[in-house]
Amino acid sequence: MAKTRNDYENSWWPRFVRWLKNGSSALDDAMYGDLEEEAVLPDAPAGDAEKREAQWDERRRLLLRDEQDMYSQVHAWSRSKGAKLAQWFYRVTAVVICLGIIWMLLQTAAYLPPFGNPDNPANNEVSRRYIEQGMQETGAVNIVAGMILDYRAFDTLGESNVLFIAACSVLILLRISSEKHGGDAVAQLEAEADDRMYEPKNDLILQRIASFLVPLILLFGVYIIMNGHISPGGGFSGGAVMGAGLILYLNAFGFRKTERFFTFKTFKVVSLCALSFYAVSKAYSFFTGANHLSSFISPGTPGRLFSAGLIPYLNIAVGLVVCCTMYAFYTLFRKGDM
Amino acid sequence: MHMELWQSIPFACILLPLGSAALTSVLKSGFARRWTFLVLTMVTAVSAVFTVLMARYGASYTYMMGHYPAPWGNEIRAGLLEAVTATFFSLVMLLSLMGGVKKIDDHILHDKQSLYYVMLLLLTAALMAQVYTNDIFTAYVFLEIMTIAACSLIMARTKGRTLVAATRYMVMNLVGSGLFLLGIILLYDLTGHLLMSNIRQAVSALAESGQYQMPLTVVVALITIGLGIKSALFPFHTWVPDAYGYTTPTSSAILSALVSKGYIFLLIKIMYRVIGLDVIATTGIDNVLFVFALVGMVMGSVSAIRQSDIRRMIAFSSVAQIGYIYMGIGLGTDAGMMAAVFHIFSHAVCKAMLFLAAGGLADASGNSKQFRALRGSGFRSPIAGVAFTIGALSMVGFPFLGGFTSKLNFAMAAMQADSGRMMLVLITLAISTWLNTIYFLKTVITLYRKPVEGMEYPVEKGRRGFCFNASLVCFSLATIALGLFSQYLIEAITTGLTMFG
Repeated sequence: MAKTRNDYENSWWPRFVRWLKNGSSALDDAMYGDLEEEAVLPDAPAGDAEKREAQWDERRRLLLRDEQDMYSQVHAWSRSKGAKLAQWFYRVTAVVICLGIIWMLLQTAAYLPPFGNPDNPANNEVSRRYIEQGMQETGAVNIVAGMILDYRAFDTLGESNVLFIAACSVLILLRISSEKHGGDAVAQLEAEADDRMYEPKNDLILQRIASFLVPLILLFGVYIIMNGHISPGGGFSGGAVMGAGLILYLNAFGFRKTERFFTFKTFKVVSLCALSFYAVSKAYSFFTGANHLSSFISPGTPGRLFSAGLIPYLNIAVGLVVCCTMYAFYTLFRKGDM
Repeated sequence: MHMELWQSIPFACILLPLGSAALTSVLKSGFARRWTFLVLTMVTAVSAVFTVLMARYGASYTYMMGHYPAPWGNEIRAGLLEAVTATFFSLVMLLSLMGGVKKIDDHILHDKQSLYYVMLLLLTAALMAQVYTNDIFTAYVFLEIMTIAACSLIMARTKGRTLVAATRYMVMNLVGSGLFLLGIILLYDLTGHLLMSNIRQAVSALAESGQYQMPLTVVVALITIGLGIKSALFPFHTWVPDAYGYTTPTSSAILSALVSKGYIFLLIKIMYRVIGLDVIATTGIDNVLFVFALVGMVMGSVSAIRQSDIRRMIAFSSVAQIGYIYMGIGLGTDAGMMAAVFHIFSHAVCKAMLFLAAGGLADASGNSKQFRALRGSGFRSPIAGVAFTIGALSMVGFPFLGGFTSKLNFAMAAMQADSGRMMLVLITLAISTWLNTIYFLKTVITLYRKPVEGMEYPVEKGRRGFCFNASLVCFSLATIALGLFSQYLIEAITTGLTMFG
């Protein structure tokens, strides 16, 4: 019975009611718990030269007392009923503004060009060239791969760096540092790694299925990446599949096993190689393109595995970055290290 | 079209920091620091050379990023204004890093310092890409990098209120990014293009035919408000004081001087090159910006007066100064835009200097940022005190300093506007200047007062680094130069804005 009650307390409606009644959530308390800035004023005993200051302080204090006397009733009201009213007003206004924005955006959607109409502005010479000449120009049968890794490779270069910078941010935030935790960093790491207390350890079913599935998932990821320029797929989706395979392996066999082949160093080296290869090869391609020089990269025969110029190699680079980022996110959130 | 070698400089300015960021992540912190310094120096020097060459070349040009021409492939575009902005941004970035490099060593854990430099390099690359891009989706991609990098800069000092500040910053900025992305999507649906010049043509055609008026207005509103949230325009400024107030000084300087300015530069670019000032005027969004800006100029300063912490005060002053920039944009004239762009530069230089100097002064006062403890710190840390005074005077609008020229530009731009706006601008400028004087001069006087009696300040170990002093001297010289030799910069901005159109 108690369990049902707890479940009810955590479902969305009671939480909404609590939020409306200005109850603080556990998250707020935890965030503000011990987060005060430590800078404290040095003690300053008032000396003779401080007399005027003291007088002023005294006068301010008196003024403040007068004011408090005068407005005590108002204050009492605002502390009890006023604050509640203001909070209520604030929350209702927020909801009303959100509803207003939703209404405005729906209204806008009604005025947009009808979906699927051939005369829409988006069906212009830009998409026509991608569809009609994409395969000849880039050598990629999958025109999406041709678009993101050849026509608009600069955007994708930025996008793969978004993944990298996100992983670095999580590293700054969550990686357990020996400096901050002093000597007990190792103990802390082990405690974090031992969070499987409540899960079945060495679960036979999970391990057997994982040993069967993980190679398949990894192979499928490699296939999606390598075939990215021929069939639907590519670095982003294939990398996500491979990352999922690694996470499954980690869950089944634990950190001891994965640390043999994937550590923080692996993450750094793989990201460095993939991103550097992407940046250098594309820098070459951008430079030759802008200066109208001929480059040695050729589209090859569309449909072959090694065709479409740089696209398969860029797919591999992107796939590695995505795979490493996914795995890094998982291990950092779970253990605080890789 | 034949390309000279020097015309590849913008491309190099983006690719060099972007490519070296991944390398920095594997280096030890000492090497990472030196490498970052080297890259930033190279970008600054090359951008300065590029500005001179662009001034001689006298026209803008586009640069294909790849083998496919513009609407199909990516492209970047360089004009005089882009060159000047890139130079200023990279210079301020370099000097901010120089001024705070010792504090970075104190504030950030040693095994995470190289990641901090990764953030700085990627932020530089994103700013350069933001300045030079000619494609609105490229702008969005690099805007994401800027957002994440800025958030990491805040939380790099994983201590105290920075975590709450970073969370708040992330939430507000993601709302801004979301609105901006929504605006781009709708714009693509209406025009079928992502390249700025092509969208401009399509939007002009739409405006003439009167088609899709309502969605177009919504697009302009979404993009403007999205970028307004990200650059701390007045009603959306609540994340500012925590974000700027508690991180390491370099982060505060870079966030207030460069990150918010990068978004504003993008907004100006969109107004000129994507939507067009005439269409903006028909949607009336410039009036909204104008009102927000005027209220922000006053309210930011009023909040700043009430602070007892020097860095929170400077942060609130940033809100007021962002209001100045948006006021120039809201005037909707070329003169107003010129004044806004000039203020971007003068405020970037000045505010970065103030944050760094405030960090130095707090160091000399037992690490406290409260005014009471800061008394007499101008004597304990002379160079920081002088730099802070110069910065404060420039903010107030003392003649021969950058801030004075800014205010003069705004007043002149207001004289050309209609009489209602003129009066509003002049009156608000006067009130805002008066409020600025109250809190900045109060601070300067505090810095040179006799310390509170009986207060013991720990004797500093050794001298404050050469880098810190050199950076403050450079910033002071730049502020003075912006006041004395402003006509060159004003000419360059005016020419650059005409190249925009």
